[in-house]
Amino acid sequence: MSRKTKQIIFFALLSQFLIYSLFVYISIPINNVGELSVNSQKGKLIFQKYNCIACHQLYGLGGYMGPDLTNVMNTKGKGKDYAKAFITSGTAKMPNFHIPPEEIELLVSYLEDVSKSGVSPTVDFNINKDGTVTINK
Amino acid sequence: MKNKFELLFTTLGLLSLIGGMFFGVIASLQFVFPGFLESIPFYKTRPLHVSLIVAWIFLSSIGGIYYYLPNYNNIKLHSRFLGILHFSIFLFTGILILICYFLGEFGGREYWEFPPILAIPIFVSWIIFGWNYFKTAFKTASNWPVYMWMWATGIFFFLFTFSEAYLWLLPQFKGNVIKELTLQWKAYGALVGSWNMLVYGTAIFLMEKIKKNSHIGRSKIAFLMYFLGLTNLMFGWAHHIYNVPTAMWIRYLAYLVSMSELIILAKIIYNWKKSLDESVKDFNILPYKFLVASDIWILLNLILALLLSVPAINMYTHGTHITVAHAMGSTIGINTMILLASCLFLIDKITKIEYTSGEIKTIKYGYTFLNIFLLIFWISLIIAGAIKGQDVVNNTISFKEIMTKINPILIVFSISGIGVFLSILAITIYPIKKSLIFLFNK
Ligand code: HEC
Ligand code: HEM
Repeated sequence: MSRKTKQIIFFALLSQFLIYSLFVYISIPINNVGELSVNSQKGKLIFQKYNCIACHQLYGLGGYMGPDLTNVMNTKGKGKDYAKAFITSGTAKMPNFHIPPEEIELLVSYLEDVSKSGVSPTVDFNINKDGTVTINK
Repeated sequence: MKNKFELLFTTLGLLSLIGGMFFGVIASLQFVFPGFLESIPFYKTRPLHVSLIVAWIFLSSIGGIYYYLPNYNNIKLHSRFLGILHFSIFLFTGILILICYFLGEFGGREYWEFPPILAIPIFVSWIIFGWNYFKTAFKTASNWPVYMWMWATGIFFFLFTFSEAYLWLLPQFKGNVIKELTLQWKAYGALVGSWNMLVYGTAIFLMEKIKKNSHIGRSKIAFLMYFLGLTNLMFGWAHHIYNVPTAMWIRYLAYLVSMSELIILAKIIYNWKKSLDESVKDFNILPYKFLVASDIWILLNLILALLLSVPAINMYTHGTHITVAHAMGSTIGINTMILLASCLFLIDKITKIEYTSGEIKTIKYGYTFLNIFLLIFWISLIIAGAIKGQDVVNNTISFKEIMTKINPILIVFSISGIGVFLSILAITIYPIKKSLIFLFNK
């Protein structure tokens, strides 16, 4: 393979990648799914400040000691008061961070917006022959 | 102290590896025995573990590149001063990050949990590294072997992914959680791709030097594999986010691209017999042993990764310990094996201090036990993940019940993790001793 060929392949891939990246930046989100209110954006920073993601996942991404929190706000039997109870008291495995009440409100607001954005884990789906899945709404 | 900053990178890398594994062991014990070592809770030990391990991967590959690039091309490094500056920034920022973690000062996101301001010195240090690398590399013959392409690509993509990973600070990005998550995982795909470029480049370099065959890094197949890897780095990342509600085509593209790695799998199997015959001959060379082990772990982890990239399987494995098996299986079995080979090679070349026969024996025992424990470690994570995945999709028992069910398997994981830790300790303790003696002996 000559040097020229290698350079051409490299720069062809690179330019495709840059275009693709730009496209991803612009095209997502679809239909504004996942918008965060101003309070939720603050709540997200609180979520990062206490490193909740070390033990929890959103959409399955994160650490695995605790449960996925994506839908904790809109799952039957759970919800705002349920979540607040965990956050204020902690459990044997989850520390009590002694988070001030105004920060807890922001956290809850964030988790509420996340809950509205989609479903995780996905438990209701059909498997297609090509290995892809169709998720049932 | 001698002016050998390449060795400083490597030695600090080995020390980070030991520190990182130490926190990994503590984290795993906290997983199975709640309340263990409450003074450094899991939300601190996990980032300490992962960040020190990431530091090991970068420090040891960077140390190798600084040494191999000039010394095996008979040219001078563009600037030793910049190399020392690079090391100083890495060390200084690293210490600040560790202090933040101990104090519980976070603010960043997964894998970069430190306060975002500390990203600035890291970024600057990579600019310095890139400048030094390209200024040196362009002094060599223009027809670069594949590993020089790979190192260059690794540096470029680090800068790219690192910038992308901080887009969340901008108003255009922080207002939407789906956009944010998509970009975060797009960036992490390139992050892992970037260090893989540095590490695999090092593997090919070492193979060439040990086999004394300069064709290895210039063959057509080596370049084809490089371009395939690059394509995956660029377009395969969305297999991490199959269940995030983004555009469908992003997922299909990632699925398609990920499956192209089947070609790599086919190549490995096709060459299996040949590489086996070849490996028998040089198996007593220490660094070579580690390269052979990495080959076997590439095979195992590639099969796992291919399976996880099939959306139908990913529905079950996503968000379980199978992901951890994939992450640690690759970073230990592949990256750490190759980088240990590189450290052994480089420390020998620089210090020229021989090991005693007892020391060699310890390293060889470490090698054997590392592979055995790693296999148990890896399989236990897969089993724990498979059980959890099945139960989550069935949706009949609670999270707490699932965790109680897999606890015994995680205990096996923890114990084998201690085995992995001790084995790597046995492998690295004498090389570290050698470099420290060399560095601090006037
Ligand atoms: C050290 C690990 C850890 C950290 C850090 C942590 N959690 Fe938890 N959390 C858990 C565990 C484990 C559970 C499940 C209950 C149990 O088994 O004790 C849990 C449960 C929860 C629940 C209830 C979820 C459900 O579906 O039942 C919420 C809500 C929650 N945590 C929120 C948070 C928030 C917000 C943070 C950050 C401020 C946080 N957690 C930090 C470990 C942690
Ligand atoms: C060279 C050695 C090691 C490397 C390269 C390594 C690498 C990693 C990486 C990359 C992750 C992140 C995984 C993810 O986010 O999915 C991780 C997580 C983890 N590792 Fe390691 N690791 C090593 C050794 C160990 C050892 C010896 C133990 C002890 C048992 C250990 C325990 C853990 C634990 C408990 C987690 C967190 C898993 C979770 O969040 O649930 N690691 N490691």
